[in-house]
Amino acid sequence: MSRDRALKLFAIATAAGTFSGLLGVGGGTVIVPLLIFWLGYGEREATGTSLAAIVVIAGFATGAQALYGNVDVPNGVLVGAPALAGVVIGTAAQQRISERAVALLFAAFLIATAAELIL
Amino acid sequence: MEYVAAALLGFAGGTLGGLVGVGGGLLFVPALAIFLDESQVHAEATSLLAITFVALLGAWRQREYGNVRLTEGLLVGALSPAGVAAGVVVSNAVSQRALEIAFAGLALVIAAQLIRRVVKPGPPSTEATPGA
Repeated sequence: MSRDRALKLFAIATAAGTFSGLLGVGGGTVIVPLLIFWLGYGEREATGTSLAAIVVIAGFATGAQALYGNVDVPNGVLVGAPALAGVVIGTAAQQRISERAVALLFAAFLIATAAELIL
Repeated sequence: MEYVAAALLGFAGGTLGGLVGVGGGLLFVPALAIFLDESQVHAEATSLLAITFVALLGAWRQREYGNVRLTEGLLVGALSPAGVAAGVVVSNAVSQRALEIAFAGLALVIAAQLIRRVVKPGPPSTEATPGA
């Protein structure tokens, strides 16, 4: 891996970690577009790789939060179990649409995120 | 009733996560805060637990579809604690509101770039220059 590429990956990790720490989310919001614009990923590839990064980021963060006793496991299961069914459906559906459609969906998601941040 | 609403939002968050490659926290946090009466801090912490498993299953599915560059993805994840630390420093120095607005602005700029990329017709080099 080139030095330039490694530095870009580090910058993406830093941005994702900052975003995650700030808002208590996984960081995919910043990982996906940065993989596309900085490292030339295809849209689908960016979303798939983002999920792999999120496992590690959210895993660390959950561990840290659990130490403070902030994690409510039953509620996590109540929200997370249906979400597991959702992610299987979502990833399968994504294989049937064009990369342009994935990009547009992501843009819509960003606009919704901006609205939630401002409100 | 609240439980059903929270579960439905969870399902929607997971579906969205699968479609656009995020964990679903954007919907999990309000589900936990509004319908299950968790404080913002607890909602974010509990959301992270759900995100971890959603992302794990989603990444596995995407790997089966051939869409995961595992080494680089894991590298981004492994390097992120530096960012988390930076985030803590930054969020102590700047108001939460300023950061929210900054990130909202950034999200809109990126959305505009993505849309422009998609609607841009074909490679520009093949277009005839008018009047040339």
